[in-house]
Amino acid sequence: MDHVLETRASARTPIAESSSAPTAQRASRPLTGNEAIARGAWEAGIRVAAAYPGTPSTEIMESLADYPAEDLHAQWSTNEKVALDVAIGASFAGVRALASMKHVGLNVAADALMSLTYIGVNGGLVIVVCDDPGIHSSQNEQDTRLFSRFAMVPCLEPADAQEALVMTREAFDLSERFDTPVIIRSTTRLSHTRSLVTLGERTVPPSGHFREDPRKNVMVPAHARNRHPKLIEREAALRAHFATSGHVRWEAGRRDIGIITAGTPYAYVKEVLPDASILKLPAAYPLPLDLIGRFCASVERVLVVEELEPAMETEIRAAGLKVEGKAFFPRVGELAPEVVRAGLESAGILEPQPKVEPWQLTPPARPPVLCSGCPHTMSYMALRALDARVAGDIGCYTLAALEPLRSIDTCVSMGSSIANAVGIAKAGTEAKPIIATIGDSTFLHAGIPPLIDAVYNDANITVIILDNHITAMTGGQDHPGTGRNLRGSETARVDFEQMVRACGVKWVRKVDSYNVAEMYQACREAAAFKGVAVVISDRPCVLDPVKIKGPPLEVQAKNCIACQSCMNLGCPALGWSEDMFEGHHKVRINAALCIGCTLCAQICPSDCIHPSVQ
Amino acid sequence: MNALDKESASPHGNRDAARPTNVLIVGVGGQGVLMVSKVLAALCQSEGFEVKQSEVHGMAKRGGSVFSHVRFGEQVWSPTIPRGEADIVVALEWAEGVRWLDHLRRDGGTFIADTQRIVPPISFRNRTRNAASAYAPETPAEVVALVGNGFALDATSMATGLGDRRVANTVLLGALSTVLPFAAEHWLAVIEQFVPAKTKDLNRRAFLAGRDWAVSAERVPAAVATDAVAQKVTARAIETAPAHLLTINEAWCKGCDICVKMCPERCLSLNARMVAELARPDACTACHLCEWLCPDYAIRIESTPAVKGAS
Repeated sequence: MDHVLETRASARTPIAESSSAPTAQRASRPLTGNEAIARGAWEAGIRVAAAYPGTPSTEIMESLADYPAEDLHAQWSTNEKVALDVAIGASFAGVRALASMKHVGLNVAADALMSLTYIGVNGGLVIVVCDDPGIHSSQNEQDTRLFSRFAMVPCLEPADAQEALVMTREAFDLSERFDTPVIIRSTTRLSHTRSLVTLGERTVPPSGHFREDPRKNVMVPAHARNRHPKLIEREAALRAHFATSGHVRWEAGRRDIGIITAGTPYAYVKEVLPDASILKLPAAYPLPLDLIGRFCASVERVLVVEELEPAMETEIRAAGLKVEGKAFFPRVGELAPEVVRAGLESAGILEPQPKVEPWQLTPPARPPVLCSGCPHTMSYMALRALDARVAGDIGCYTLAALEPLRSIDTCVSMGSSIANAVGIAKAGTEAKPIIATIGDSTFLHAGIPPLIDAVYNDANITVIILDNHITAMTGGQDHPGTGRNLRGSETARVDFEQMVRACGVKWVRKVDSYNVAEMYQACREAAAFKGVAVVISDRPCVLDPVKIKGPPLEVQAKNCIACQSCMNLGCPALGWSEDMFEGHHKVRINAALCIGCTLCAQICPSDCIHPSVQ
Repeated sequence: MNALDKESASPHGNRDAARPTNVLIVGVGGQGVLMVSKVLAALCQSEGFEVKQSEVHGMAKRGGSVFSHVRFGEQVWSPTIPRGEADIVVALEWAEGVRWLDHLRRDGGTFIADTQRIVPPISFRNRTRNAASAYAPETPAEVVALVGNGFALDATSMATGLGDRRVANTVLLGALSTVLPFAAEHWLAVIEQFVPAKTKDLNRRAFLAGRDWAVSAERVPAAVATDAVAQKVTARAIETAPAHLLTINEAWCKGCDICVKMCPERCLSLNARMVAELARPDACTACHLCEWLCPDYAIRIESTPAVKGAS
């Protein structure tokens, strides 16, 4: 371990201090992991960056857009594959480039990645992938470290914001030196944790240019066959590199217990078992097995602490080393100090803590809801009334699967709804009208090919495009349907009606999402139409880009018959009042929350909801 | 008495230098949990501590439960606070305070909560006659007694009294300031960096109001001016659902489907003869909506005499 930074477990050394570039006066600033990644990429001199928004990765591209336009081009792409392809193009052209995405975004970009790994890079190329252990805001908790192994692409795992900055900056050097794309794997916990970060300077490498080399850049079978062995060589070279990288930390401590870890779990280990011997690795793939072997030999017992899959544990065991891990730590969910502690207790390393009796408390459920005045509300009220079989998609509107709207039957992945509906229709087992609902941004992301598929195969389905003029769920990002780009400049705007007609759809109608009768009538006619019908439900999001607030409505209590039909909207501004009518609560509107969308007033059978008189 | 002059006890300062101080800030999406935790993190940073502040974005924003961990000390490793180790829980909404209470240390943790209630739509789900809304039934007095060191203040009403309910968060910061070892002027200096310039004075008054309240011996507001409705509804004993009878006059029904589409509980359907029928009698809550909407007066809901008396 000659080259390995060795510290005493007790020494207080910022994790990434050893490898940050020296500058005269270093400014420091509290940054989230995402902001630190953006900063690291900017310091590395990137010229092109592209992403599709996705929690928890979204702020990386938003932060990059805060750097001057003359330094770098940053863009929202229509999806993650497009974003990665844009970055690959920039790398071909000889500049440093970055693509960022959430973990499931890498599935979309995977096709490009699996070829890119054979091609390698010209300008350094870094892919930032943010995993979501614990599924705070995703459809699964897949582990990108397994993906990086599959693609044979090194996977760096920063443990905190400082390391995120430094590792991202250095990842570009690594990419160019080893002719490989590099994955930076973040997690929700790193991406959204703010801590003090020491900043560096921006150094732009000398501008490169396109290098004509068909045997490397054109992946036809003959070329690809020659590239595959290079990956194996590269893996070995990277393995050696990660044994001596400045980011390896071998903290000699107790001889009876050694912990191998990487990324954010390192902090949990330091919190719970600070006196253990710790080997913190910079990358989950490829592993420096010689170094790990020496570490294992230096202690009596070795545990691998890693979040989600046993990515490191399996490989270390396969190398014939005796380690334990997932026998004590969960394969599902997010790690946390208490989870690591419980694992160490079950391994017999820590004494069990006395059980604290939980207080018997009964807080109400509080699931996320559609905002008051959300234009999606009426689209789903209409579908509820139609009693349709609804294939849903990814976005705020997935919340319509919950009570009281409860009008979405499936949700698979970005853009799945339309083709799922085609399949349900072709199965021939469904008597209800078959309807796919998809948001504007999701439609542009992955909804167009399945719409063409539906027309091409003459499926009898209805598609409702929920056009709220923004990518809402991730916090209001622009997309090609908004007419603005990432930096807020005006640009071409997709006309959904024209696009849908160009795909061959014969029945298209654009309706105002706030018009109850029109919306319901359109859905009914569309469902009755034989073939593909498209309803464009059109109203801007009430939160972004402009927070919409109109005059609030009011319930005239004397006329309210407590029928609760407005409560079916699930609007957060509607609640029960103290007044009763035949044993049921009359309804009351919270004026601070009501934006005056009038949906409840249109639905009310006793006509008791009116604009407030003030 | 001005809270600025009073030396507060600061139970969470320098108790154990090696251990970080853990503050969990919770509330409902849109309330400003992030702003409160940013102020605290910036303050701790300026006082020379290492700080980690961790939150979760995304789904939580849409009116859901939101939390933010702030840890500060000589050295902080984990960004999250282990369950049962929060020194302080600050709740911007009452039920959220109740939800996260178990994260509080049992030995001397401090609980600071606004008693305002934001009742989620799903709490009004039960439409059975005389059903209660679902909301935390624990009263401020009960919870304060439970935790020992608790403050339940009606910050929202205090803020409204000062002129703007939105400074309720600053009132809570004022209360929080009495249990952390930082000078009030430092708090105010940091708060001013985070609020619009024209509200500086208002926020200053809000901060001092919260601080004054907390240094006075009160632990629970004299009159909890909470959402009277939710309070009352919760307090009402859940009566057994009375019997009712839904009858459909088949001769008058023309199968227009309106009742089927509008039934909140989806208990009606059209039968083979295209006549409405009560397919799921157990789900019917006797809300009368179908009776009101039927254009042919074909549906009648009769309640048992006992219920008529109750209404």
